[in-house]
Amino acid sequence: MKRYLTLWLGAMLMLIAAQAQADLTIEITRGSDRATPIAIVPFAVEGDMSLPQDVAQVISDDLERSGQFAPLSRDSLISRPSRSENVNYRDWRAVDSDYLVVGEVAQEGGGYRVQFELLDVYGERRMLGEYISSNTEQLRRTAHYISDKIYEAITGVRGAFSTKIAYVTSQGSGDDIRYGLYVADADGRNSEEILASNQPILSPAWSPDGTKLAYVSFETGRPAIYIQELGSSRRVRATSFPGINGAPAWSPDGRKLAMSLSKDGQPEIYVMDVAARSFQRLTNNSAIDTEPSWSPDGNNIVFTSDRGGEPQLYRYDIASGQVERITFTGNYNSRGRYAPDGESLFLIHRGGNEYQVARQDLDTGRLVTLTDSRWDESPSVAPNGSMVIFATQQGNSGVLGAVSADGRASFRLPAAQGDVREPAWSPFLN
Amino acid sequence: MQFKPYAKSLAVALSFAFVAGCASSGGTQDGALDGTAGSGTGTSTTGQGMASGQQSGTAMQAGQQGRIPDVRTIYFDFDSDQIRSEFQPVLTAHARYLSNNGNAKVVLEGHTDERGTREYNVALGERRAKAVERFLTVQGVSPSQFEIVSYGEERPAVRGHGEDTYAQNRRVVFSY
Repeated sequence: MKRYLTLWLGAMLMLIAAQAQADLTIEITRGSDRATPIAIVPFAVEGDMSLPQDVAQVISDDLERSGQFAPLSRDSLISRPSRSENVNYRDWRAVDSDYLVVGEVAQEGGGYRVQFELLDVYGERRMLGEYISSNTEQLRRTAHYISDKIYEAITGVRGAFSTKIAYVTSQGSGDDIRYGLYVADADGRNSEEILASNQPILSPAWSPDGTKLAYVSFETGRPAIYIQELGSSRRVRATSFPGINGAPAWSPDGRKLAMSLSKDGQPEIYVMDVAARSFQRLTNNSAIDTEPSWSPDGNNIVFTSDRGGEPQLYRYDIASGQVERITFTGNYNSRGRYAPDGESLFLIHRGGNEYQVARQDLDTGRLVTLTDSRWDESPSVAPNGSMVIFATQQGNSGVLGAVSADGRASFRLPAAQGDVREPAWSPFLN
Repeated sequence: MQFKPYAKSLAVALSFAFVAGCASSGGTQDGALDGTAGSGTGTSTTGQGMASGQQSGTAMQAGQQGRIPDVRTIYFDFDSDQIRSEFQPVLTAHARYLSNNGNAKVVLEGHTDERGTREYNVALGERRAKAVERFLTVQGVSPSQFEIVSYGEERPAVRGHGEDTYAQNRRVVFSY
């Protein structure tokens, strides 16, 4: 117990030392040709209040980033109503907008009352209308909440704009590299440093309830897996065996961590019971077994193995202990991650000399490449399955990229300086 | 994170938010040396094919015979853990040094180039370090004298893309 206390203390000290921010910016690289046009009118603001956020702009950016919506530019807005009773639907049909969002921000106590309505332009009906209490700090979060509501009302799929991403940054080179583990909003804003080190950090993984991150840190000069609470910054060292302690992956119920350990020779897949701190070894052969990922129903673990002479994905059935190979396209497939519906896998596929994000349908086995970059890594799927975030290279810098699950839309999230990589998309947080 | 004060140059010390931890190469000898192994690393972008570890202080401990061999990095072919014949004399020299100095310890750091996924590369780096371990063991070095740490692609000697860069990053470093 004393040992954990020391570790917690260490983590807190680091947080005190850490003031740095590493916000990411968004660059849309490819819009979908099937995006739905939507008009988002700037929200009317009561009196002369100046707001810390342009709520309508945040909503517009969210919806555009999804690749499923094409928000009209503000120049092309014919009028600027703020309530449905003042809307002339014919005006909006004239600019080919399928949907219209209007709203107002009023003062309420020390904060704001935000009101929005979503209108179906061709059906001439109000689909949504809601009041939300907010304040200066929460205004951006309120805008993401509205984006979630709009997205779900139109697509039928829960929005993921209020989620977060974890990622690793590095700056400098040689022995002067400084590594940081960050958590930010899904749009790259409001970044918060979780850990700083002059040794590598990798493989952050969100607990299913969104309260903890497991990750690998080399801060002692050896790799170890840590579990850190995000609110309190308390943490424990989960494993520090000789050799590799890598690739932590939470079970869907949050009670177990799958991981790769080489303590008994080769890297093998183990499952740790987090509360009992007991370990079960799943694989046993002379090859590399790593990068486990649980199926959403908790019945299988997909992992990377080169037991066939090249890295391919294999599936371990937890009930039977049987292992079967599941990727057969090309000679390099690794780091599989299940889609939330369990029907497909996102992975890194090498075609020629390019390492790219691909999706494989588990029923048909068909593999489709989703990106056109060269050095993709670390795909991580949004909790609603709509997008995949991954690491890639832009020039000589590591940046994050995101691509829609159908490959039609993509954007990049570069850091202001240094490299960014190892993204992990959070679960739903509310 | 170990808050172990580190006797690098003042400038380097001041450039960090906190002065901490062991640099991965050159300065991590077990049985620590107060400042004498001051690690002249940070030189890993020289592109000489002689990456990190080369300029470390000799870090001699009392009672040791001979010097730590100067060449402390060996390189590997793409997707391979085979010891290239040109590096066998290097390994033999280290084996001799370790055999003659039973108290000497070394960390074998495995590294890969940037291609492919990160955790898989950690495993590949370990495979390279293990190939070196096997060579040393066959030469009679006691297993208690070495430890393996694989960094995969996390600590490249040289940044950038292309085969020249990759070739300098696929390596095992002897870190005494």
